Amino acid sequence: MASHGIKDQVAIVGMGCTRFGEHWDKSADDLLVDASEEAFASAGVAKDDVDAYWLGTAMSGMSGMALARPLQLQNKPVSRVENFCATGSEALRGAAYAVASGAYDTAMAIGVEKVKDSGYQGLVGAGKTPTDGTGRTLTAAAMFAMCVPAYAKRYGVDAEEMREVLAHISAKNHYNGARNPRAQFRREVSTETICASPLMAGDLRVYDCSGVADGSAAAVVVRAEDAHKYTDSPLYIKALSFVAGNCSGNADPDYDYTSFPEIEAAAADAYAQAGVTDPRREIAMAEVHDCFTPAELLIMEDLGFAERGTAWKEVLAGTFDLHGEIPVNPDGGLKSFGHPVGASGLRMMFEAWLQLRHQAPEERQITTDRSIGLTHNLGGYPGEMVSFIGLVSPELG
Amino acid sequence: MRGIISAGGYVPYRRLDRSEIAAFFGSGGGRGTRSVAAYDEDTTTMGVEAARFALQGAPAGTEPRSLWFATANPAYLEKTNATTIHAALRLDQSSPAIDTGGAVRSGVGSLRAALDSREPVLVVSADLRGGLPTSTDEAAGGDGASAFLVGDDDTAPVIAELVGAASATEEFVDRWRTPGDANVKQWEERFGETKYVPLGEQAWNAALKAAELTPEQVDRLIMAGTHARAIRSLTRRLGVAQEAVVDDLAATVGNTGTAHAGLLLAAALETAEPGQVIAVVSLVDGADVLVFRATDAVASYASARPVAAQVENSGVLPYSRFLSWRRVVTVDPPRRPEPDRISAAVAGRTRDWKYAFVGSRDESTGALHLPPARVSREGGAIDEMERAPMSDVPGTIATFTIDRIAYSPSPPIVFAVVDFDGGGRLPIELTDVEADELTIGNRVEMTFRKLFTADGIHNYFWKARPIRTDR
Repeated sequence: MASHGIKDQVAIVGMGCTRFGEHWDKSADDLLVDASEEAFASAGVAKDDVDAYWLGTAMSGMSGMALARPLQLQNKPVSRVENFCATGSEALRGAAYAVASGAYDTAMAIGVEKVKDSGYQGLVGAGKTPTDGTGRTLTAAAMFAMCVPAYAKRYGVDAEEMREVLAHISAKNHYNGARNPRAQFRREVSTETICASPLMAGDLRVYDCSGVADGSAAAVVVRAEDAHKYTDSPLYIKALSFVAGNCSGNADPDYDYTSFPEIEAAAADAYAQAGVTDPRREIAMAEVHDCFTPAELLIMEDLGFAERGTAWKEVLAGTFDLHGEIPVNPDGGLKSFGHPVGASGLRMMFEAWLQLRHQAPEERQITTDRSIGLTHNLGGYPGEMVSFIGLVSPELG
Repeated sequence: MRGIISAGGYVPYRRLDRSEIAAFFGSGGGRGTRSVAAYDEDTTTMGVEAARFALQGAPAGTEPRSLWFATANPAYLEKTNATTIHAALRLDQSSPAIDTGGAVRSGVGSLRAALDSREPVLVVSADLRGGLPTSTDEAAGGDGASAFLVGDDDTAPVIAELVGAASATEEFVDRWRTPGDANVKQWEERFGETKYVPLGEQAWNAALKAAELTPEQVDRLIMAGTHARAIRSLTRRLGVAQEAVVDDLAATVGNTGTAHAGLLLAAALETAEPGQVIAVVSLVDGADVLVFRATDAVASYASARPVAAQVENSGVLPYSRFLSWRRVVTVDPPRRPEPDRISAAVAGRTRDWKYAFVGSRDESTGALHLPPARVSREGGAIDEMERAPMSDVPGTIATFTIDRIAYSPSPPIVFAVVDFDGGGRLPIELTDVEADELTIGNRVEMTFRKLFTADGIHNYFWKARPIRTDR
């Protein structure tokens, strides 16, 4: 019994990603066509060349037919998957493991979400499961807001410093997003503006929360040994890890809202699969799930980028800025992209695809001698979440 | 000996200052305050709270064999409301739960019927009183509930024995409301007064005669009813000293209608001394008089939650919020979806959790699971759980937040992670709380509330609220 991973067995050979934003004139079908067309072209394949498909969507379609119909796939296996906010990454896991198993030569992972059609603020849950009405009805913003006083109290950070830390994370991601034509928000935002924006929940302000956007992203994966048939610069999968939490944080008085144990566990598994022993010194860049600014803060510690209780100082020191030691969310993150649930994980991988292969626009291309990129999703809330971590590199071994 | 074994009165936390009504409309209102049920309370939830206090005040293990619930403002018609209270209290399945409501008189009427019955009966009354803005009913009304465990002293010690009772009934139209109408209409006052006063005297004399008492022997006189003028007139004619008339709570709580005679009686029992005679006179569509004598057992009786303490510990409710809670005005809701109706099937399966707040506890590790689980979080044992009733267990706030954007009938939602005394945790909504008064470490208790209503189905569950009154 062990988590062996599929290090260097599968490669990404093509990717596509739509602009994220308010696509009032495009349906989920349109976005799927756009992202898949770009990915097919990137890999130099046609839809019939792809043997199997994994569609990630939380609320924009049911069953594999939600992809087979708009793309007019003829007799192809399509799996529709959902795993909260890690849905896009879940699609990649399915496609990559299918290729690694030898079942298929070529597979596509594609994620999409059409969020703006709901007519509500924020994300609206997909589930219509009948319930007894005793479940919590809070917004995600409120749930993550509970981490702010908890972290501040545990590590002796005063309220003003904490605000400054959160504002730095938000400003950093908007700075990066301003340099990304695919982002929903392409404007730098000052910390003053961030700190003066309206309160949403707890201490979280509008600019501490990610946006809401429609979008789609896709990847074509093949066996590693076949990768150079498709591209001169493939991206090899080093690790894919996933943890579905048992929701113990809701019931266990020892959980203190200053960490996300599910992320810590997923990171340990991913690093073991890839042979990473010192993430702070080995990871080139990370795309993490900055749904709310305190989430990004805690994630830095859960991923081992900072010692417990120190991430707030590292944030202020610029460690995770675009040209810091480990650039985090160089594409602008959920802050700048919004969060079309099914697409976000693959959008993150798209940035790794660009950055690690030195194809990002000059104004946000990172410079590093490291080769491993990390993508991360969480889905759920403090105390009850799923977590995905992917590690990729342009280098084998 | 048959009488009252224990009592519970419930006064909601919020008070409306009556002067705010005239300040806003230019008329109406008056002096003092009235109690206001929170947006998440109805007569059923208030009845649950009063009934919990009554049972907590009874000797351990004293179980009613029947539950009767009276209200003029039922949360449901057609469907019985008493079954919700029955579920919240985890009464035995073989005990009937019956609504006796519709009219205000059913409150005192049910108490009298229970006193005439044989088995231990839990009699619960609750009311939500109001009227059109600036009306007397709006200002003088109050919200609240009362409950009595009635039985014979072979069940548990009786603290107040019924020594006499009488009624007088006559058909006349004084106050009325047809189904579907929100507000009560009233005939001109003098007509009612001329009807009520003689009926009251008739019942009073008959009750005293049955009790073999004279008016001078009455130590505490409780006057209640729906006709304030008739009550004042009658009080002067009963031959009881003015000092013996108990505070009718008009200045602080208001007239809680169906619940009111019971609320005043519960309050009187909290300070009663052995041998004292307590008379209850209620003028609602006739007159009902109940005469009790406090027994020696009253000396050792301690109310689970004295009415006086609840009257004392209150929070101000602005008139604007009162109007919105009573749906007189509709304020702009958050741009979030309203909740779906609950599933009757799921709620039926989880009724001990949903209505009675019963979790499960791992028999070997002691780990508490809220909601109840089959597989333990620690150790992995399966189906080795005992039931863990948590509704009476206080807790402490581990962390909390204010949600300004989530859907709520009264935003913002105040939400906290609560760690229960003796172990166990649940993230849960708070109520009866100001958003800016909380700190980590605050103590909270559980209270039965209505989360929302969808498709006409009320979604009842528990919330936590700051502990403000001594237990």
